Amino acid sequence: MNIISLYLVDILLVISLLSLAWASLTTADARRSVILFMAFGLVLALVWARLLAPDVALAEAAIGAGLSGALLLAAIGEQPGSSINVNTDHSEDVQDSNRSVVVTWTITGLCAALAIILAWTLLQTFDNVNNKATAQAVSENLTDSGVSNPVTAVLLNFRAYDTLLELAVLLSAVLGIFSLGGIRSPYQLAGPVFDGLARWLVPVLMLTAGYLLWVGAHAPGGAFQAGATLAAAAVVLRLAGHHNIGLPQGKSLHIIMTIGVGLFLLVGLSMLALGRSFLDYPPALAGTLILVIETAAMISIAATLVLAFLGGRPQMQKHKPC
Amino acid sequence: MIDLFSSIFMLSGIIFFLAGSIGLLRLPDLYSRLHALTKADNLGLGLLLVGLALHMQQPLFALKLLLIWLAVLAAGSASAHLIAQHARRQEADQ
Repeated sequence: MNIISLYLVDILLVISLLSLAWASLTTADARRSVILFMAFGLVLALVWARLLAPDVALAEAAIGAGLSGALLLAAIGEQPGSSINVNTDHSEDVQDSNRSVVVTWTITGLCAALAIILAWTLLQTFDNVNNKATAQAVSENLTDSGVSNPVTAVLLNFRAYDTLLELAVLLSAVLGIFSLGGIRSPYQLAGPVFDGLARWLVPVLMLTAGYLLWVGAHAPGGAFQAGATLAAAAVVLRLAGHHNIGLPQGKSLHIIMTIGVGLFLLVGLSMLALGRSFLDYPPALAGTLILVIETAAMISIAATLVLAFLGGRPQMQKHKPC
Repeated sequence: MIDLFSSIFMLSGIIFFLAGSIGLLRLPDLYSRLHALTKADNLGLGLLLVGLALHMQQPLFALKLLLIWLAVLAAGSASAHLIAQHARRQEADQ
């Protein structure tokens, strides 16, 4: 009985996931499509939780559903007249729609090809790699990793290289954002209700971020989830109309942006200096080093996400902000 | 005994959710739809969480459920207010 009801939940999840994806893609109204996409992200987080991957579920809920949704909505707000169908000039309209059909089908074809290749690779991996052996190797060496959460052990110790490169990708994304110019114009000051909510929500979000960072050592959590939560606090402040959202300007901002990759590299290189291999921490120090790296990574990740939401480089202010 | 109480709480929670969802689909205008959605779902979630809390082994877990409910209450009522306010302003503009 229990297994059957779980299957029912799974089937319902898959059906709602697919229909939300379809609805989000086929809706003509951009705003509606983004909101459906956020709902899709939340259901996807539930699917990850059902697949016993709470770390991924947390990251999907925070980044996939929450922050991407905020980013997309902000981008729509920027586009004039995007939520209303502009159908005044019909001669250009036909050509435009022809072109957009071609573009749509090209993108659909490429995505389908990518999905097939990925599915094929996944199947190959399932066939060839002994998954049990990998999992066993992780759990056997877990005591040396400095943390008791196997996901954090893989991300920050056994495969720290991957995470370092991920942070480098984020850093180059910030460079791309900076090239877009100044930040978006601020929102108008919120009314009493939203202001009250923001006053209450922002400290709670910051506390949650600290908790997620700390708990990552032995339970689902970690730098990415914590950074996304911290960035969410900044997004709430920004939506409430606050101009200053805690990001410094000038040199301090550059330090915050690069501290994740920088400290990671520094730790990795000092291991070389100590005669070990790159990013090979001594087991006694591993826990502390991972916490230090994750704290720095959280700050950089949060700064990157906030800068993406701001949509540009914060201008230097001549007078000091109070 | 606990099972019985928890089932009663959860079932009544589900009924509130159902009522809220029917209201969202059937009611004529934005304001009454918002009303149906936020009021019924807030109470429904509360009842559902009480039903779940009765099953928790540790009081701490029940406290976490309470926190979740409070967060949803605050977010739900604030966003309902914001949507209603936005709609009213748009009406005033037209």
